[in-house]
Amino acid sequence: MNIIVCIKQVPNTTDVKIDPVTNTLIRDGVESVINPFDTYAIEEAVRLKERFSGKVTVITMGPPQAENALKEAISLGCDEAILVSDRKFAGSDTWATSYTLSCAIKKVGAFDVVICGKQASDGDTAQVGPGISTHLNIPQVTYVKKIEEISDNKAKVERMTEEGYDIVEAPLPCLFTVVKEINTPRLPSLKGMMKAKSAKILKWTADDIKADPKSLGLDGSPTRVVKIFTPAPRKGGEIIKGETADIAKELVELLKDIVI
Amino acid sequence: MDYLLNEQQVMIRDLARKIAREKIRPVAAKYDESEEFAWEIVKVLADSDLFGVYIPEAYGGLGGGVLDMCLVAEELSKADGAIALGFAGTGLGTFPILLYGNDEQKKRFLPGIAKGRVAAFCITEAEAGSDAGSIRTTAKKDGDHYILNGTKQWITNAGEAEVYTVIAMTDKTKGARGASAFIVEKGTKGMEFGKKEKKLGIRASATREVIFTDCRVPKENLISKEGMGFIVAMKTFDNSRPGVAAQAVGIAQGALDHAIEYARKRVQFGQPISSFQAIQHMMADMATQVEAARALVYATARMVDSGAKGVAKESAMAKLFASDVAMKVTVDAVQIFGGYGYMRDYPVEKYMRDAKITQIYEGTNQIQRNVIAANLIKESLKGE
Repeated sequence: MNIIVCIKQVPNTTDVKIDPVTNTLIRDGVESVINPFDTYAIEEAVRLKERFSGKVTVITMGPPQAENALKEAISLGCDEAILVSDRKFAGSDTWATSYTLSCAIKKVGAFDVVICGKQASDGDTAQVGPGISTHLNIPQVTYVKKIEEISDNKAKVERMTEEGYDIVEAPLPCLFTVVKEINTPRLPSLKGMMKAKSAKILKWTADDIKADPKSLGLDGSPTRVVKIFTPAPRKGGEIIKGETADIAKELVELLKDIVI
Repeated sequence: MDYLLNEQQVMIRDLARKIAREKIRPVAAKYDESEEFAWEIVKVLADSDLFGVYIPEAYGGLGGGVLDMCLVAEELSKADGAIALGFAGTGLGTFPILLYGNDEQKKRFLPGIAKGRVAAFCITEAEAGSDAGSIRTTAKKDGDHYILNGTKQWITNAGEAEVYTVIAMTDKTKGARGASAFIVEKGTKGMEFGKKEKKLGIRASATREVIFTDCRVPKENLISKEGMGFIVAMKTFDNSRPGVAAQAVGIAQGALDHAIEYARKRVQFGQPISSFQAIQHMMADMATQVEAARALVYATARMVDSGAKGVAKESAMAKLFASDVAMKVTVDAVQIFGGYGYMRDYPVEKYMRDAKITQIYEGTNQIQRNVIAANLIKESLKGE
């Protein structure tokens, strides 16, 4: 089974600052990590490989330093890693990003499953996964919490909903976005880390993936960020003062009133 | 202190530290209470390749040595000295094969151990503790087999382990020179396990009797030659004692870390107790002792890894010093916690209970002093 995982490198903090001029995230000086939701995608891809044998190819679009995220993915069990990187991609919105990634996936060749995290922790759009499936013209199942079975060229999965879950069957190839309920990601292995250290990361440019220049980067992005602002901080709650025992008593009374 | 570890050793240490923090620390109290063997953690250690750090690459390991093993034992012990024994006790059971096994035995057993098959070493008996010459378990040659009879006691990992290295007498008339070492696999007919012992500390570690009743072991499982049993055992201890010492350093460091954190948070007389000189001096002494122990352990491990011939004295010194430090530091950690330290709801009393065994097993510290003194006298006689 050929499995493709798309990942994103994100700032390792929820306390990111916004550039007031460009209205985009300030990424300088912030440690980058694999988007937490994508770690579940990587784990699920590696588990599928262990179940059905095959190969896991991990792809990211990003600046050269995104190579670190790909190396980490290899230490976690991915077999091949591709960095899609080009100045022409700068300013991509979710539409242009999913187009670019779909071009890279086409260049990889035959595949059975594409797995993405449900969303990235920085942009929170949850649009790139579905966007890729649209560009590739393959079915998508979002918020997958369990892959029940894959056989006879189709997959049966559980898709999380607010009330419970749907059981969805889809023909292969198809794309899943996964939620954190799907698995517990493993820690890297020492042999995986050694492999990652010497692993060769393929680097593809816009020309390599034969992408239409008009559909890339800022020009290929229909989204315009009009305004991003920090909401006014919440007014502080009531602070109960006094001796610990009295505070506890008063707090209990207050909670009783609220009837939680 | 920077011990100038190589790149692979830094990787090993950091991964072991991450597992200790994220996986072991949250469950340490639970396993101490239930006294169960922490298979879920052993699986994590196995999947991360840590079981193979000291096994040669040719046999499926990572090709490191005793220092690599010590780094793992120390990091795991910072979180839980008992769960760390699943790893360290396996090292003890593996060294006889590593040091004296033939190629065929290494091929049969080492790759599995590198992947997380647990091992155990069986020497102690009811009447043969420090006096290992009094071993009563016998191994009688019978065609292509040896027939083992006797009872081993207080065997770490017993019942859980799949590979056992056993010291038994092939010729009682020869005393120590009549002992031999065997590999016995779990499931061999005539091999049974006694009840699980209830212990003061390291409660999550499995300690049981291993009982042999006409247990037939193929002669291919004899390690080295008949009569080599004691040499195998002594060289095994020379290699494994730094591991016990590393476990002691980890236990001490873990307790110290808890004590410092607590001292910063605990407020009495209107200020954190870490602001009092009485507490500060205790913390300073504890940290200095732990660092001195670590330096001795790493230096010894490096000496063993260099292939040096006589390491008995240094291994004994490392084990003696580090375990005495662990006992003292963990007692002081409980003292810094005061009344809270005595409560099982807080983590430090467990470190104190776990530390005690490091002064006792793999040779009591009195035996370590005998080993050191014997070497001092021998060196002096030789004029070294």
